[in-house]
Formats: sequence, C-alpha cells, structure tokens
Amino acid sequence: MKISREEVIRVAQLANLELSGDEAEKYRAQLDAILEYIDKLNRLDVEKVEPMAQVLHGAPSGEGDEGGTRDDVLRPCDIGEAILEQAPEAKKPYFRVPKVIER
Amino acid sequence: MTSENPKKAGAADADNWTVAGIREALAARKISARELTQEYFRRIERENPRLNAYLTLSQERAYAQADRIDALVARGGELPCLAGVPTALKDVLSTKGVRTTCASKILENYVPPYDGTAVEKLDQAGAIFLGKTNCDEFAMGSSNENSAYGPVQNPAAPGRIPGGSSGGSAAAVAADLAVIGLGTDTGGSIRQPGACCGIPALMPTYGRVSRYGLIAFASSLDRIGPFARNVRDVAEVLSVIAGPDENDATSARVPVPDYGRALEEDVRGLKIGIPQEYFGEGLDAEVREKVEASIATLERLGCERVSLSMPHTEYAIATYYIVATAEASSNLARYDGVRYGLRVKGENLSEMYSKTRRAGFGAEVKRRIMLGTYALSSGYYDAYYLRAQKVRALIAADFAQAFSQVDAIVTPTMPTPPFPIGERVDDPVQMYLADIYTVTGSLAGITGISVPCGVTREKLPVGLQIFGNYFAEGRVLQIACALEKAGAFRQ
Repeated sequence: MKISREEVIRVAQLANLELSGDEAEKYRAQLDAILEYIDKLNRLDVEKVEPMAQVLHGAPSGEGDEGGTRDDVLRPCDIGEAILEQAPEAKKPYFRVPKVIER
Repeated sequence: MTSENPKKAGAADADNWTVAGIREALAARKISARELTQEYFRRIERENPRLNAYLTLSQERAYAQADRIDALVARGGELPCLAGVPTALKDVLSTKGVRTTCASKILENYVPPYDGTAVEKLDQAGAIFLGKTNCDEFAMGSSNENSAYGPVQNPAAPGRIPGGSSGGSAAAVAADLAVIGLGTDTGGSIRQPGACCGIPALMPTYGRVSRYGLIAFASSLDRIGPFARNVRDVAEVLSVIAGPDENDATSARVPVPDYGRALEEDVRGLKIGIPQEYFGEGLDAEVREKVEASIATLERLGCERVSLSMPHTEYAIATYYIVATAEASSNLARYDGVRYGLRVKGENLSEMYSKTRRAGFGAEVKRRIMLGTYALSSGYYDAYYLRAQKVRALIAADFAQAFSQVDAIVTPTMPTPPFPIGERVDDPVQMYLADIYTVTGSLAGITGISVPCGVTREKLPVGLQIFGNYFAEGRVLQIACALEKAGAFRQ
C-alpha cells in the first residue's frame, strides 16, 4: 500500500477539500493505484540529471530576442470594478469574506 | 478547397466551407457574414442537443462581429484573414462578456472581464464567435466525460468518446457546427480529440501562442491550438494566434514564419523518424495498420524512413501525472469562493474554502489536486516532484537526440480507436494511458499535429501524429498537407 487513509485525509485538508468517509476510501484506492504505476520512475538513475522545471527558449535564433525577461513596467489596468462584479460578495473596493479573527 | 466554387449560405450541406472560401464568398458578395452566422446557429440548434458540443452560445457577440464584417464588405475594405469564419472556443479560454465555465460547477456563472490574447487576435482577424465548447472539467481528462455538464458525443462514432479534453471543439468542427475551433493541450487534449473525431489538430510549441487568458491547468505544459477540417485552415489560424505577447512572460520572442508557404514545399528528401517505442505492446492492430499505410505514403512521396529508439517514452505518463497534477494543485488553489465563482457559506473562512471546493469540483479534479498536493508535500517532494522533473529532462533529451537525425517524428496519436463512453471512467490509470503517445511531446515542449489516417473496419477514426522540433510548426504542417493531398486522410 502506497498511501494510507490518514494520508489521504491529511492531503485533502492541505488542499482545502472536505471528504466524506466513503470518498476517503475511494480516493485512497485510486491514488494508491496511480502511485503504484508512478513507482516505475524509481527504475531510472537520475542522480546526475538536472531537473526540467520549464520549457525555456533560452537563446532562440529569433531577431530581437535577448532571451531574457521584459522590463518590469507599471501599466494601467482599469478593470477593477468589472472584477469585483464577479465576486460572490464584494463591497467596493474589497472582497468580503467571513470573519477570520474571533474577538 | 472550395475557393473556386464557394457555396451559398443556407444550403443544407455546408460541409465544405473553408477559411479562404468564406473570405472569397464574402468579397464576391455571394453571402453575408450575418447569413452564414445564422446558418451555423441553425445547425447548432439542430445538432447540439444530440452532441452536447457547445455549453454556451454567444449570439449577441457573433452577430456584432458579423455586422462588422458586412459593413467592411459594404465599404469595399480589405477583408482580414478570418473574416466571417464561424468559430468554436473551448470553454477554458476567457471571453469578454461571455460566460466561461471550464466545464466546472465552480465557475458556472463566471463572466470574464477581458479576452485572452489568442481570442482577441481571432476577433481582430474577423472570426465569428459562435460559442464556448464543452470539455473535461478544467481540461483534465482524455474522454470529455469529466465535464460537469455531461459528455460530448463523437459525431463520427455515436456512443463513443470524442476524445478529451477539448472534445467539444473537436466535435463542433468535425460535425460542421463551426469551421474552425480553438482547443488547449496539456497532455494531448488537442491532438487526441482531433484523432477521435477525424480532423487535423495542432499543438504548437510551448511559447508559440500566448497563454494569457487561458484559465490555467498546468502552466509549464498548457498550449492553445487550432482545429479545422483541412491543414490549410489550421495554418491560417496558427498564423493569426502565434507570436509574442507582453502579457505572457513565457511567450517566445521568435518571429512567426509564413505557414501558408510551408504547405507548398515538397516533402521529398525529408527524414521521418519512426520510434519503435510507439509501435509496441498496447497498440491496436488496426491503428498500427492505418499509421503504417500513411508512413508508406510518405515514403512514396520521397521521404526517408529512419528507425529510432526513444528509451524514456515508457516513463512519460508517470512523469506527466506528477508534473501536471503538482502544477494543477497550485493553480486551482485560487478557487476558494472569495474572488469569483461559487461560494458556499461557512462558519469561518477555512470552512467556506473547503465547503466551496467540495461542492464546486468534480471527482477527477479533486483526485488530481490531491495527487499533486501529495507529490509536493513535505517528505515526498524529492521522491515524486523532483524525480519527475528529472525524468522530464530525459524525455526532452530523447527528442533532442532524435531531431539531430530526423526532420520529423511520426507515431500513432492514440493507441486505440475512440472507446465507448463509460468504459474507463472508474479506472484512472487506464484512462491516463489514452495519452501515452501524446504526453511525451507535451513534456518536451515541442510541436505536434494529429491528422486523420483513415478509419477502422467499424468506421472509427484513426489519428496519426507528427512531432516537430521547437518552432517547427511549418515542417509538421508541410508533412500533414502532403498526406492530405495524397489522399491519406481518407485511405
């Protein structure tokens, strides 16, 4: 067994997902099968391999490409009100949430 | 191409509209953009209840776009590339003023305040947005069965999956409920539905098309790309959406070549790599037969067949399901009931988060969030996430090695023909294996296209995949076009 019921419940809590008892067992069995499959990665010796986190086109031959990042320049973005209109609960200019700190 | 003989709108069979055909028919005033748009909405009204390809129709925006084109025609102005072209957009692409759900309950009523870059470019090129298409929830799936709004039917094979995750866009284009469509591909989600529905479907190189406004699943893998019913139209759409964008730091500042011209080039003398790992155990015999027939066609056209070995291919699915789920667990943390989408009330903030996410996400999305959270969690990071990133580098190195010897790589797109809806829903590992030939290119970041290569004896579409090196979209389109001209799509 690769993953226990307790670990599934802990992971669900970390991810802010609430699971019922039945769900915890169903996901445990499925995640177990997936992790069992993923185990094949342990067959490879990767000690000297550099991890690939991103596809970076470091120095493509393209004209005008310095291969770096753009300058960090402020630009106006005036869709604040439109964004707040999509909020489940808003009081301009804020998003409203339930009380976080109890008095 | 129907460009010499564009059909009239209103004809019951509108099957052969092409991008160029529409442009010419508009310029010659044989149709108006409004008539063509009306015709497509009639078709959707008739066929969509059966196919479930569209989740939201955007009539208001479509007719405004059509009227803009008709006014341009009336003024005698030059028509932009995609003038009047009926277009389907996958529902993970942000569209200003048009509901965008990601096929999830958590975004059921979300209306983006802006257009994504690819969407905006299509709009500027004159496309008509018919609506938003069904897909797997947050693009997570290989069969379109993970949509919160029901599965899509494969128009070419009733009762079978249309492929996933961009099943709605593929089905809409295949059934002529749109002339072109946009999908997104993270592990095969454009190419695989293209194969299932029997149409060309392109995943561009990572960074070729801006991801701005694409609602993120796995940011180091996500791409936007086109569906069409012929290769030239795929090239036309790519020409419009490709290019750098200051709103996406990962978009590449690499010039966009003339993809139309690439289609005219002869394939004689090109070296085509055939990696043995894609033709081994698990490949359906009829799929193999069809793919081999298309490879023989390429040889007849003067291509040289080169046998290859890409030894890390068998590790791709395992690698992908760590990398993609880890990124997804981070990206989907934003759906917490605060800023947009569903909110389920709770006694306190933490309870609101978990109740909202519990009610809003479907089973596969939760499964992947948990797998990704686990792979990133303290104590497991090195064993899973870091190791997967290293194997990802080995898979990319396999491709680098291959492309030092060949111009393109040809494989099956999918190991089997489209399977029956419901067959794999309870077995995630079997479902994931549907992407076994596509995830490799996703991890490496290269480009790949799926094109039809005939049907099985049961008339189920089979897809052939052509991988090209970074920014070699012109090359894969050229080979795809040669196969199309040689009749290999309908062999």
